[in-house]
Amino acid sequence: MTTASNDSAPEGFDPVRRRFLSTAAAAAGVALAPGVMLYGITRPTPASARPLDEAVSPTVRWGMLIDVNRCQEGCDKCVTACAEENGLTGHGRPRTDAQWIRKIEITDPASGASKSLPVMCQHCADPPCVDVCPTGASFKRADGIVLVDKHTCIGCRYCMLACPYKARSFVHETLSDQKSHAPRGKGTVESCTMCVHRIDAGRTPACVEVCNAEAGGAMMFGDLNDPDSEISKRIATYATTQIRADLGLDPGVRYQNL
Amino acid sequence: MKATRFSELEGNSSGFWGLLLLLGAVLAAGLGAAGYMEHFGHYVTGMDNQIVWGMPHVFAVFLIVAASGALNVASIGSVFGRTPYKPLGRLSSLVAIALLVGGLTVLVLDLGRPDRLIVAMTKYNFKSIFAWNIYLYIGFLGVVALYIWMQMERRMNRFVPAAGLVAFVWRLALTTGTGSIFGFLVAREAYDSAVMAPLFIAMSFSFGLAIYILVLMAACRGAARELGDALIARLGRLLGIFAAAVLYFTIVQHLTNLYAAEHAGVERFLLVEGGIYTGLFWGGQVVLGGLLPMALVFRKTDKPGARVALASMLVILGGMAQVYVIIIGGQAYPLTLFPGMEVQSTFFDGVVAPYTPSLPEIVLGLGGMALAGLVILLGMKILRFLPDSLADAAIDPHHRAAE
Ligand code: SF4
Ligand code: SF4
Repeated sequence: MTTASNDSAPEGFDPVRRRFLSTAAAAAGVALAPGVMLYGITRPTPASARPLDEAVSPTVRWGMLIDVNRCQEGCDKCVTACAEENGLTGHGRPRTDAQWIRKIEITDPASGASKSLPVMCQHCADPPCVDVCPTGASFKRADGIVLVDKHTCIGCRYCMLACPYKARSFVHETLSDQKSHAPRGKGTVESCTMCVHRIDAGRTPACVEVCNAEAGGAMMFGDLNDPDSEISKRIATYATTQIRADLGLDPGVRYQNL
Repeated sequence: MKATRFSELEGNSSGFWGLLLLLGAVLAAGLGAAGYMEHFGHYVTGMDNQIVWGMPHVFAVFLIVAASGALNVASIGSVFGRTPYKPLGRLSSLVAIALLVGGLTVLVLDLGRPDRLIVAMTKYNFKSIFAWNIYLYIGFLGVVALYIWMQMERRMNRFVPAAGLVAFVWRLALTTGTGSIFGFLVAREAYDSAVMAPLFIAMSFSFGLAIYILVLMAACRGAARELGDALIARLGRLLGIFAAAVLYFTIVQHLTNLYAAEHAGVERFLLVEGGIYTGLFWGGQVVLGGLLPMALVFRKTDKPGARVALASMLVILGGMAQVYVIIIGGQAYPLTLFPGMEVQSTFFDGVVAPYTPSLPEIVLGLGGMALAGLVILLGMKILRFLPDSLADAAIDPHHRAAE
């Protein structure tokens, strides 16, 4: 098995191997850890899917481009799709329920003009959450996706304080009905995974899919490192912005017409 | 001057046993509270996804900051060679260890997964200041334990100044590390200030000494050992100076933050419009925890005991208020994602987050304090921490009764 050159994961920690092992275990329906039971899943494997024994490519950087003009006020299809896809069932307690993606309405106090846009983990190239995490549970994959390893997160919540985008949630209570492809754990922190399980199977994130199929088509997903990708071309052609670009974190989620 | 004699507490009075039981009960309640929060999950606390560090962190940070400060008395004696402080060194080291143990216990029990403590001890991300702090804390316990041993073991006495110096430097690093936990949060405007580290050092001097004074007075009274008025007045004046230093760095902290125009919002929030935080800042930290204790200790009297004790209690209360404002107030103020814009969302963007500490959180924090108290009490019972006499004439050759 090839080893991923993961530039931010701690030494001795190989997320690829771990993921490979957990997928292998999942296929057999093995309990990985007390309380975390993974069941066999049928994985769609289109031609573009990354074989499971192959490392995450460090030449790819997954990202998103959101065209704010096409995002409709009041529409929250991406939010519902995310909750559905990742099993984010709420308990009717908005302050403690998890939210990986949210809609923000912004209004310019001078002109009164308002816009509506989704905000989720921005998958920063220099993620403060990864820098501060004491155990290395927060890590960045070689392809730019920032994740939390549910097995090493101790729930200190320092990453939540460090994230400038309020992108992370802490699991405040006992969970039920988890999705096997998106394991969660009480007492640990989580955030948008960019639907890593879908990406690894050659599909697009659930929010992007639903936005294009059923709503304004405001979200685009692709490889920021590939100059020929649709997303790179759009970024090269149109003016795009990053939220809090002044912080210099180089987020992987970009906005157009913001 | 005669060498100071130390002895264990007799520990057979009803007062001793009563205190032991009380502290034990509070500790048990604290552990129960932690178990309760763990079982149901953190939604039973006042914390949520906007205020992620609540009351337990206020207690824990206060205790950890105070721990390093409590060691000062020992440092003044052995590093800076001030004779009257020398007999106080052992107890000072004990208080330092006890406070750190208490604070760390609260910190760990408030984790989402305290059962994974072993992960925290074995997997380090060396970029994380938090991980560095784990080293600093554990090292501090070791260094101070060694320091105590050298103070107690006659053959080792000659190493005391060296060990004292190591401990002193270590404690400065530890406090700087604790302060930096906040300094590293680039996006949190309240913490974006270079004086966070010196501020925390001043806080540690002040809180640690206040706790030390109270422990010393209580121990001497309980064990019927003499405690000179001149010594108490001297410690009191030192406390006044430290309290002034905290105020000074607080002013610098807010002035530098005000100077950065983009932080005007959070400053106005904390200093003027923040409701509870503004009240705690001016009333709790500045007046009760700063100006009043200074007024109390700098007044010359023959019987300074009551004033110094009161001043110490006020410094502790003011210190808790200060840590509360820093930790909770700093989180309550919303993050700015879109400067200059009005924002609204289902995830409470752009609004000040409300927070009310829940009972289990407070009980857990008090449990940590009780644990610190137990360590001190049992330490004094088992080993020779407390001098037989701290009468002014016994500890200071230059003391004149007429002073
Ligand atoms: S948006 Fe927040 S959680 Fe996501 S990578 Fe950046 S700092 Fe980390
Ligand atoms: S809560 Fe988990 S992921 Fe976040 S910093 Fe702590 S250990 Fe790391």
